[in-house]
Amino acid sequence: MRPGPAGQGANGRDAVTATRRLNFLRLAGATAITAVLSLPALAQQPAAPSGTTIDAIRARGTLICGVNTGLAGFAQPDSQGVWRGFDADYCRAVAIALFNDASKVRFVPTTAQNRFTALQSGEVDMLSRNTTWTLSRDTSLGFDFTGINFYDGQGFMVKRSLGVNAARDLNGATICVQPGTTTEQNLTDWSRANNIRFQPVVIERLEEVVAAYVAGRCDAYTTDVSGLAATRSAQPRPADHVILPDVISKEPLGPLVRHGDQRFADLVRWVHFGLIGAEEFGITAANVEEATRTDARPEVQRMLGRNGDLGQMLGVDPAWMARIIRGLGNYGEIYARNLEPIGIPRGRNALWTTAGGLQYAPPFR
Amino acid sequence: MSDVTLNAATANPEATPRSAPLTAVGPIAWARTNLFAGWLSTAVTLVCGYLIIRAVMGFVDWAFINAIWSVPVNANGVAQTQACRDLAGSGACWAVVTEKHRFMLFGTYPYEQHWRPALVCILFVALYIVSALKRFWNWTLIPIWAGTLTAIGVLMWGGVLGLPYVPQERWGGLPITLILATFGLAFAFPLSILVALGRRSNLPAIKVLCVLYVELIRGVPLISLLFMASVMFPLFLPEGMNIDKLLRAQIAIILFAGAYLAEVVRAGLQSLPKGQYEAADAMGLSYWQKTGFIILPQALRTVIPPLVNTFIGFFKDTSLVLIIGIFDLLTAGKTAIVEPAWQGFGIEVYVFVGLIYLVFCFAMSKYSAGLETDLNKHRRR
Repeated sequence: MRPGPAGQGANGRDAVTATRRLNFLRLAGATAITAVLSLPALAQQPAAPSGTTIDAIRARGTLICGVNTGLAGFAQPDSQGVWRGFDADYCRAVAIALFNDASKVRFVPTTAQNRFTALQSGEVDMLSRNTTWTLSRDTSLGFDFTGINFYDGQGFMVKRSLGVNAARDLNGATICVQPGTTTEQNLTDWSRANNIRFQPVVIERLEEVVAAYVAGRCDAYTTDVSGLAATRSAQPRPADHVILPDVISKEPLGPLVRHGDQRFADLVRWVHFGLIGAEEFGITAANVEEATRTDARPEVQRMLGRNGDLGQMLGVDPAWMARIIRGLGNYGEIYARNLEPIGIPRGRNALWTTAGGLQYAPPFR
Repeated sequence: MSDVTLNAATANPEATPRSAPLTAVGPIAWARTNLFAGWLSTAVTLVCGYLIIRAVMGFVDWAFINAIWSVPVNANGVAQTQACRDLAGSGACWAVVTEKHRFMLFGTYPYEQHWRPALVCILFVALYIVSALKRFWNWTLIPIWAGTLTAIGVLMWGGVLGLPYVPQERWGGLPITLILATFGLAFAFPLSILVALGRRSNLPAIKVLCVLYVELIRGVPLISLLFMASVMFPLFLPEGMNIDKLLRAQIAIILFAGAYLAEVVRAGLQSLPKGQYEAADAMGLSYWQKTGFIILPQALRTVIPPLVNTFIGFFKDTSLVLIIGIFDLLTAGKTAIVEPAWQGFGIEVYVFVGLIYLVFCFAMSKYSAGLETDLNKHRRR
């Protein structure tokens, strides 16, 4: 079990374990039901819901969005209980596309254990919860990942005074790691592949594992780079700690929806691409009004709903993207607002067009 | 007697002169006999005294003298916790409680509506107090409970009387803990009595069912029941049909508490001498009359200590709902320190949350002690 609130390093990668457990449970559940009630198909893959998800959301009047129970920068309630963060803003963006109202979202906190059931059973319409895109989730769990809005990966943090510049120098080091997730597995795989020997210090709770690292019980601390950055920025003197450039795993995170309703999947996908596209075109919350009126670039005009019928193809208002940008800003603004204050640099999530990063939007036409 | 002794002393001048008796009263005398009786005792007293004083002074320094009670918040709403971090553990940063107490108490409930969960907590406490008073131990308690629980439901959900509707997933903090514990125990207790009676029943079907229920539920951890209710149960339901997450957790807690309480109640039933049952039968009482008037009143008051033990345990066990993403008091406290500015101030938050739990559990404990003496006056042990 991994308590959500402690799960700074939980960036979706408890993933594999949780998936296995879930599969097992589903199997057990199916068997039990079969035996007891002779109704074999009840616990099988969720069928496509009757009617479309978009219709159901419109009829209900709110989007129900599954988020993390508390992960700094991605989804966390502030002192007034309002959900803030990168993932939470993606929920709001979809709500604006559907209702032109960022407040028409119900945030459902989900743990690493119950997030997939919540989506499968229809308790939530979409998950925006730092979940790693993997083949098994895309297929056998019955989900559609709609894109990658954050490229994460496992890294190492060391004290600057140690003088370590690359992960290879960690041979013989003691490394703090949280158990029960793929973090530990990745670490072992990596050390074996690179013939590096290390001494693991395995501690369950985030606070304690960080305290052990700070107190010098281990030379290095490993978790997702986003988690490392957040931990680093919370230290009294962040400059004393270095995040090594080596990244030993791929953790592509993004929103996901149920299989079988392509219209809703398309909408969530293009909300993401729209946010990226807006940044590529330099359209921000501040200049979107003016751009809608005066920007002469045809693609911008199509994206902002001045020309063409892109909104209609998605089943939303023509001005959907303009409203999202007015309310939340483009991808870069959402990133800067939520992730940069906690010390997560743009890095690989920069735009491909301008900064050689991995974020890229297909054409709006 | 003293005359005799005195006369005896004067009568025999060879007797060794005896010192005057010590003043064997007062705190000094008590300390002398209990704390400083010999050199070993004195040494132990001094060492322990030193340790206690050091610990208390250390705590007072940390909790009050060096503590920081509030920190400035910048224009972006981010707290400037540098002052707290500079303490480096030498003082408490109560600023985290000052800043986050409303979130810890009420979770993600809409901020401007916080008076509603606050009122709910007060209603719960009032309900406990009223139910604890012997004067209300009659039929009036039923409408009181029904009325209060309805009021609590109306306040939490809203949607009527001009109160805005608040969906369940936004509830959090103390009201969740009180709802889970109160409903859990209020339903589990009657259930447990029925199960305990059923387990001693002569009807085989009922007996087997009750034994199965108790053994099955007791055989698995609460966390797996919650997991089952939260993760597996929805998969068995038809698509689009959802039972509220809190209700599912609540039912799991009721079932679990019921099994444990049933065994406690059964212990009480079995502690009664057989003569009580036979006498009731001889009086010509029906089964329910016998149980209601003769057996249960005696059985239950015998098992007050283990009952309250289980109650207190379950009050705290409600915090396990964190694994299914419900923000009870403890989870809300943990979530409050996820924000990077506040990371590392877990001790202060846990002290605050712990104090709230302590107040409720200690009250339960004291009340049950009183009740026990009161009900068992006839056979003080």
